[in-house]
This record gives sequence, C-alpha cells and structure tokens, in this order.
Amino acid sequence: MRAISRIAVSVFRESVRDRVPYNLVLFAVLLIASSFLLGQLTAGQDVKIIKDLGLAATAVFGLFIAIFIGIGLVSKEVERRSIYALLAKPISRPELVLGKYAGLVLTLAVNVAVMTIALYVVLAYMTWTTPPALQTAWDAPGVDPALLKAVFLIFVELMLITGLALFFSTFSTPMLSAALTFGLYIVGHFNADLRNFEQVVESRSAAWLARGLYHILPDLSAFDVKTQVVHGLAVPGGYLALTTGYGLLYIAALLIAATFIFSRRDFK
Amino acid sequence: MPPAIQIEELTKDYAIGFWRKRPYRALDRLSLAIEAGEVFGFLGPNGAGKTTTLKLLMQLIFPTSGRAEILGHPVGHVATRRQIGYLPENPYFYDYLTAEELLDYFAQLFGYAAADRRTRVSRLLDKVGIGAERRLQLRKFSKGMVQRVGIAQALINDPAVIFLDEPMSGLDPLGRRDVRRLILELRDQGRTVFFSSHILADAEALCSRVGVVAGGRLAAAGRLSDMLAFEIRGWELVIANASPESLARLAPIARKTTDISHGRYSVELSLDHPPEQVLADLSAMGASVVSLNPIRDTLEDFFVRRVAEAGSARSVEEAAHARD
Repeated sequence: MRAISRIAVSVFRESVRDRVPYNLVLFAVLLIASSFLLGQLTAGQDVKIIKDLGLAATAVFGLFIAIFIGIGLVSKEVERRSIYALLAKPISRPELVLGKYAGLVLTLAVNVAVMTIALYVVLAYMTWTTPPALQTAWDAPGVDPALLKAVFLIFVELMLITGLALFFSTFSTPMLSAALTFGLYIVGHFNADLRNFEQVVESRSAAWLARGLYHILPDLSAFDVKTQVVHGLAVPGGYLALTTGYGLLYIAALLIAATFIFSRRDFK
Repeated sequence: MPPAIQIEELTKDYAIGFWRKRPYRALDRLSLAIEAGEVFGFLGPNGAGKTTTLKLLMQLIFPTSGRAEILGHPVGHVATRRQIGYLPENPYFYDYLTAEELLDYFAQLFGYAAADRRTRVSRLLDKVGIGAERRLQLRKFSKGMVQRVGIAQALINDPAVIFLDEPMSGLDPLGRRDVRRLILELRDQGRTVFFSSHILADAEALCSRVGVVAGGRLAAAGRLSDMLAFEIRGWELVIANASPESLARLAPIARKTTDISHGRYSVELSLDHPPEQVLADLSAMGASVVSLNPIRDTLEDFFVRRVAEAGSARSVEEAAHARD
C-alpha cells in the first residue's frame, strides 16, 4: 500500500511538472469569457448554458488528461527504460500499475475539483448579478448542489477511461492506445443503441453479437446526467449508486487485466 | 551459507522476425555461483548476453528455462529486493526530478523515514561526486552525471548484493577512477558486487573472479589470476652487452629479437625453451640480464580467443543441428 501511494504521488508530481494544471487556467478563462459574452447575448438562458458549458468542458478537459497521460503512464516508463531501476526496488508489478493508476486518478480528482469550484464561482457571480425576478425563470437554482451529481459521474467516467488507457498501454504503443481508448470512448457513448439493436435487425446472430458487444464494451452514456441536472430534473440516489457500482466493477476488471498482462511482460 | 547469487542453466529465447517468428537464443544454459563478498566481473562483447543475464536476475524479463536465486530466494521475490541494488545499462531516470528528489523517491519505496532519507541521499550524492547540481532537474545532467546518479540510486538501501550493468559507461577517466574506488570500498564492506563490462582493464583492477560470456554462453569462469597464469605464452628477455656469439646462441630459439639500442636486445622466447639454461649460457658469454618476464595473455587476448572459440563451437553445433 505504501509503494502504491508513493508511486501515485510521483505521478501527480510529474503531471504538475508537465504543466497539466495549465488546462485549469484555460478552463477558467473559457468559463469567465463565455459568461461575459452570454450575458450580452441571451436573456434567462445564460445560467443554463454556463452549466452546460462548464460540465461539458470538465468532461472534455478530463478526457484529454485521462487519455494523454493515461497512455503514457506505463508505456513511457518502458520506452524510456526508467522502469528498470524502479522494478529493482521492493515493489511488485501490480503495485506499480495500481500506483500509476491511483496517481492519475488523483490528478484528475484535483483537476475536476478545481474546475467545479471555478464553475460554482462563475455561477455564484451570475446569480448575484441577476435580479431575483429573472431568476424565477430558471429551471434550477444558479448555485445548484445537484450539479455535483453530474460532476461526480463525470469523474467516475474519467476513472474508467483512465483504466482503459492504462489497460491498452500495458501491451500496445502509445499511439495505438490513444486511438483505441478514444475509439472506445466514442463507442461507449453510443453503446446503449446496441442494447436495442435486436429490435431493428432480423438476423439473430447479429442481434446476439450486438448484445454481446453491449455487455463487453463500457456503457459510458450511463454516466452522462448533464442534461437532467442542468434542466433541474431529478437524478435519483439509487441511479447514482448503481452507475458508480457499474463503473467501479468495470475499472476493477480493467485493472486486473492490466496487471495480469503487465506482470508477464518482458522488458527487452 | 548459500551463494549470494546462484544461476542454474538459465536460458532465454526471443522470437524474432515480423511475419515468420523464429527463436533467437540470447542466453544459453548459463550456470554460475557467486559467493558473498565477491567482486564478480561479467565480461563479454556487446550482444553477448550480459544485459540479458542482468535483466533475468532483476526479473525484467522471464527465463525460457532454468532458474536463479539471489540471497537464497528466487529472483522476483519482492522482499529480497530490499537487499539488492541495480544500476541498469545507460540508465534513464525521470528528467523532471532533481537528483535529490529521485533518490528521495526511491528511498521512499524502501519505506525510510524522512530524516533517514535526507541523510542517505546527501551521503550518497557526496560519495558519487554530485555537488550543488543535485538541485537541478536531471534533464540538465550530462551522461556521466546521470551515470553517477544511477550508481547512487543503486546504493540507496545499503544493499548486500549490487548489480552494475556497465558501471563505467559514459564516465570520464576521473569518474572511472571514482567508481573503481567505490566498488573496492563496497568489497571491503563485505558486499557482493556483480558487474558487467566490456572494459577489461576494469575487471583486471577489481575482480576476484570473472565470467566471460560470448554468444550467449559462458565461455570461461574463474579467478583472473588462474586464467592468466594458465595462459602464459612465453618469456620476454631483455639483455645488455650482448656479443655476436650470445645472439647466435639465442637465434634458433628466439621467436622475435628486437634491437633496442647499444647492445641491448629484447628477445621473445617460446615456452618450449626453459629460460634457466638460456640465462646460464648468456651469463657465461658475458651478457647481462636486464629483465625476464612471462608473456601472459592479457584479458583482451583471452577474451578475443574465447569469443572466437565460442563462435566456432556454435557454428559447428548449428551445422550439426542443421544436418539432423
């Protein structure tokens, strides 16, 4: 456990030194600039759009961090041979994989937390500057705690994507890992369509294949509750728990597979 | 007490080729036992199997067959690594860290407390000659400085067994001298040092025993002094005041005679002619003997010959295999 936490902290430190936090500045600038522009252009819809934009940007910025750092977590160590000295220390290969994963999750957690705070600050400012009469037209309060539900599921989704990137990087090149992870991200958001595929095709085998793929591929659309939250619709606690459980199970499977492959790999 | 390092029939095959994979044997049934407290030199040309052996011992790669133990435990036993240090060949470390941070990170993996880590890091960086630069990021370091940091990180845990893959690589003469001194210091502290090198002078200066690996096979192993003594090729005799008749006495038995100057000659005698009788005859003829030295094979010669032998043995075996 000690080794995992030490490795995790080193991944976090690397991401800070690799100037990953710069994206936070970009995020803040994007939000503040948008809120200013929207305030000039729209009436009554600006808070909704900012929420949409803030949550979408959190997801996209997180996605880039998860993929581009995730694919390098292990492969960069192997490619640059820094893994040689590291594995001679009293740590096991599974500890190395889990430490790397935990480090990137920590980086993502800090990023998502800072972006969420920035979003709330902008929303608080907009609420403060909007007359109460206009606020009554909003679907949900400006500073809405329900946004945290969407942020939380975005974070679980990012953890899953990090798991995918790490899994691919244990056996393929960084470029291929990035392509595969991004491909799965896209497919994962349309995965729900595969579930209903049998209603639109005649062939039983095609329906079976679609059903099989639905179960194997991650269903990422389940983590997207942005629209509900922004429009003030309820997201039940049970749904949150179930989706989180699904995400964690999927992550566990990915990490088990990644450590299994990595533990048997030759570093030539 | 078991040997510090025990290697039995260790073999590693790689599959090479893109479409039609074929096996390539990088290491062939290597067996060695290295006792505690030894400085063992693992010698061989590039591609001989030295790094493959070290990677197998560090379990960076897995053997096709055979086994190895370090301090009585199979390689890969994580707890044993608390007593092991390893310097990889041409090491690379995280270049966003400073030398201090890197060593501190590795020390953390051993679970040392902060105060202990500070002492260890500072002492080791002093020892390998990294001064104020220790607070610079490693991306600003030269190859030789990274090598020094690599040696320091291999010693962060006061290991009982230290594996050094080409430790002199990238070092200037001063650095090489420092590393030699360090290895001897480790030996004096009773630690076992296993180092690979193709620089034979380093082995001659440091090793109690050596193993010569060529073409993936162990071509020879033993005490350096025994190997060299065994390989005496003749005698080099230097005489002064040599008269024509003393030169005539030497002519039939000399492999080579060199006129140094003013009646001083260097004569190379073969092993077939014991020097005692020749010395007596020359003395009687008025020549004075300046020096008599055995002509030994240098490790270089030994190395080249064994490599050639291993190569030809392998070709013979491969030909036989092809016939079968």
